[in-house]
Amino acid sequence: MAQVLVVTSGKGGVGKTTTTAALGAALAKTGKSVVVVDFDVGLRNLDLVMGAERRVVFDLVNVIQGDAKLPQALIKDKRLDNLSLLPASQTRDKDALTAEGVAKVMAELREKFDWVVCDSPAGIERGAQLAMYHADQAVIVTNPEVSSVRDSDRIIGMLDSTTEKAKAGEKVKKSLLLTRYDPARAARGEMLSVDDVLEILSIPLIGIIPESQDVLRASNLGAPVTLAAPESAPARAYFEAARRLSGEKVDITIPTEKKGLFDWLFKRGAA
Amino acid sequence: MSGFFSSFFSRKSSAPVARDRLQILLAHERASLGEGKSDLLVQLQKEIMEVIRKHVSVDQDKVQVKLDRGASCSMLEIDIEVPGLENGDKNKLSDHKKSA
Repeated sequence: MAQVLVVTSGKGGVGKTTTTAALGAALAKTGKSVVVVDFDVGLRNLDLVMGAERRVVFDLVNVIQGDAKLPQALIKDKRLDNLSLLPASQTRDKDALTAEGVAKVMAELREKFDWVVCDSPAGIERGAQLAMYHADQAVIVTNPEVSSVRDSDRIIGMLDSTTEKAKAGEKVKKSLLLTRYDPARAARGEMLSVDDVLEILSIPLIGIIPESQDVLRASNLGAPVTLAAPESAPARAYFEAARRLSGEKVDITIPTEKKGLFDWLFKRGAA
Repeated sequence: MSGFFSSFFSRKSSAPVARDRLQILLAHERASLGEGKSDLLVQLQKEIMEVIRKHVSVDQDKVQVKLDRGASCSMLEIDIEVPGLENGDKNKLSDHKKSA
């Protein structure tokens, strides 16, 4: 049965799009068919992070408005053929997404794919609500930082009240993904620790993505980090998270401070 | 070891790739996203489809449009399956357009 997963956060810039791309590719690598859907109408960027920006012809709004059929708007990934992208449109019209239109597209995607991964826009308005409405599961992307944790708490509240599942008296399965985690700063007490965030939000953790050069490098190249640098620490953490989403029991890897010779020299020089 | 060196060197080269990708993308978006502007390739695709529809009935499901935007040259590829033009055979009408 298809699973609809929304990647959401409330706050912008915490890594929703990076996470959507990385988890989408990681799930596809397990052999499942996956589509990543960009709900950020007006400011699409998932196409850019996936490296498909030059190939966008039709988008989600075209499909909803009947200008294109769903298969025509789906862009197949060039690296994994069981991975597709449904891009957002760049229209400034806020009402371009209709609830009925989104429902129809989601039903069609559920038939075609094992996983439908929805990249939510930032904020708590219409776009974010539509992105989460049909979700079976939610990944709440949070940075270990006060405003991000607060916004995640709002989003958790919305997942429990304004989604289709919530209205049917069921629950959206929620998981926390901590991103941009800097173990050195957490160890020095400069950053909220994993335990702090978990205690405050009290939802299960599915992964800790360390702050890493590899993430920026992957988006520069237009590839999910799980494909661009599959052996890197962030990619490994995303692969683990994907396995956990699929129901496997995997221990969480807590990033530890890695001190290379360069870091050591640098830190001494800087001090 | 070789992994270390290749990752060390390739690490340096990702920003130029990002710059090139953005330059191509933004050149297209600036030309097509402002007020009253329209995307030439999308316009072309629409009109080509209209012309073809005038002559044969086209099943929307049998149309595939591919696009590859480049720096100096973009490719628009429209594949239309046209059922039974003459002998009841399936003919494939393929239209490749290049535009600067």
